Amino acid sequence: MSDVPTNHWPKQPASAAHRPVTTESPGFRVALIAVVVVFLALLLFAPLVAVFAEALSKGAVEAIKSLANPEATSAIKLTLIVAAVAVPLNAVFGIAAAWFITKYDFRGKALLITLIDLPFSVSPVVAGLCLVLTFGANTAVGGWLVAQGYPIVFALPSIILASMFVTFPFVARELIPVMIEQGKAEEEAALTLGASGWRIFFTVTLPNIRWALLYGVLLCNARAMGEFGAVAVVSGKIRGQTATMPITIEMLYNEYLSVSAFSLAAVLALLALVTLTLKTLLEWRFADQLAAANRL
Amino acid sequence: MSRPLINRSPLPGMALSAGITLTLLSLVVLLPIGALLLRGATAGFPALWHEVNTPRIWGALFLSFKLSLYAALINLVFGVALAWVLVRYRFPGRRLLDAAVDLPFALPTAVAGIALTALYAPNGAFGSIAKDLGFKIAYTQWGILIALIFVGLPFVTRTVQPVVEEIEREVEEASATLGATRAYTLRRVVLPMLAPAAMTGFALSLARAVGEYGSVIFIAGNIPLKTEIAPLLIVIKLEEFNYTGATAIGIAMLLISFAMLLVINAIQVFSRRRIGYV
Repeated sequence: MSDVPTNHWPKQPASAAHRPVTTESPGFRVALIAVVVVFLALLLFAPLVAVFAEALSKGAVEAIKSLANPEATSAIKLTLIVAAVAVPLNAVFGIAAAWFITKYDFRGKALLITLIDLPFSVSPVVAGLCLVLTFGANTAVGGWLVAQGYPIVFALPSIILASMFVTFPFVARELIPVMIEQGKAEEEAALTLGASGWRIFFTVTLPNIRWALLYGVLLCNARAMGEFGAVAVVSGKIRGQTATMPITIEMLYNEYLSVSAFSLAAVLALLALVTLTLKTLLEWRFADQLAAANRL
Repeated sequence: MSRPLINRSPLPGMALSAGITLTLLSLVVLLPIGALLLRGATAGFPALWHEVNTPRIWGALFLSFKLSLYAALINLVFGVALAWVLVRYRFPGRRLLDAAVDLPFALPTAVAGIALTALYAPNGAFGSIAKDLGFKIAYTQWGILIALIFVGLPFVTRTVQPVVEEIEREVEEASATLGATRAYTLRRVVLPMLAPAAMTGFALSLARAVGEYGSVIFIAGNIPLKTEIAPLLIVIKLEEFNYTGATAIGIAMLLISFAMLLVINAIQVFSRRRIGYV
């Protein structure tokens, strides 16, 4: 297919009379682009601008001051702790699940993939509810753990579990298509040369999947730091203790502390922008490796 | 059934990878969902039905589903147009637009919620224009609709885009040589090729919108029977320590999600049989 020239229609200016048959009229194109740009401007760019505009509405000094507030700093710290635990765990899960699914042949593979994807289709609030019903103080497991002095719900562990639940499929989802595409011939070759399992993984598999892995971890991290619905249900919203950044944004907003709420929101929006930039750069640079993931 | 449960493989690490996968999957996902279903089973169907069968809860479930359906339909039309524009047209800023489409995936829902509210509230940049024209966006169903369009926006575009990239121009040329106008070619040749991917994106967008909480509660106003969504009712029931009530709504929403998962899978199986790819 690649040896057939693709530009075999006449190379002429795309005027109404001589435009290629596989394009629309210039007027239609301009109109469609305009509709798309206006729609995205109203729905995507305007809210993004609004976050920064509201944060800076009383000047940059006020915005930075509100971030130095103990409530804000403890929220930032908590969010970083949650991400630092949940993201590596999900990365390990994603690698293990992708290895298990793509390197071996077993029955029930389709079911396993469906179960891994399950958190995508469960409402975050329902996810939080599930955790409360599993580990809440009035359940058998939760009650026992509280008696031992290890409360799960309304404490850090449930926030980590909730963040893990909502971001559970991210890394596995990125890795599985890439690893299917690459097959297992290289690993089997390494095995015949006498490499151990870990050596095969670190010197053969990991270099092949590193960009997809980074991509998955980035998405997982952005979502884990920003998760609201599931965390809102399990955290108990205790100020300075179980209030993550999104929860603190809600509390500040409801108290009409607009500058504080939007300053904290601006930090998360910056994180989202950095994530998108890195993601886009990865896509341009490693389009061929990541393409497998986009085809599914 | 003659296939063995596991085919032996020379590659090491099967026990370890299977162990990590199944342990974490059980602990993080299956155990909690199991706890919800168990709670529902212990309460019994009559008790659950009694909790769900109130005008307020039916209202919220119906509202969530109705507005999610509208939002997904708007995203369906717009998402296909956006995918087409991004793949087929060249214009300044195209790559920026392409990158920006994923913003709703990356931007935390609470941030999106307060930002949309700031814009569309009666004293906001867009809300004040609407107010001058005599209608209100934030704190009405329009506000919820805008938030749901926002969160579902990338799904259709991202499922349709790769399909547009793979369409071979020869097909369109063949259609043109047979005398079809461009509009006819788009309608009868191109759209049918995009339809399965577009439907998958539509279903994903719908599933996401039905469960959405963070971006909606700020802009919704949360007036019972008018702008109260189903996930919010779970939060309210939990705050009242009504665990049976929360379980009942949670199971209802889980069933809706499972139904949509089945529909998505059915679409994919159907189109794989008919067209050979998704």
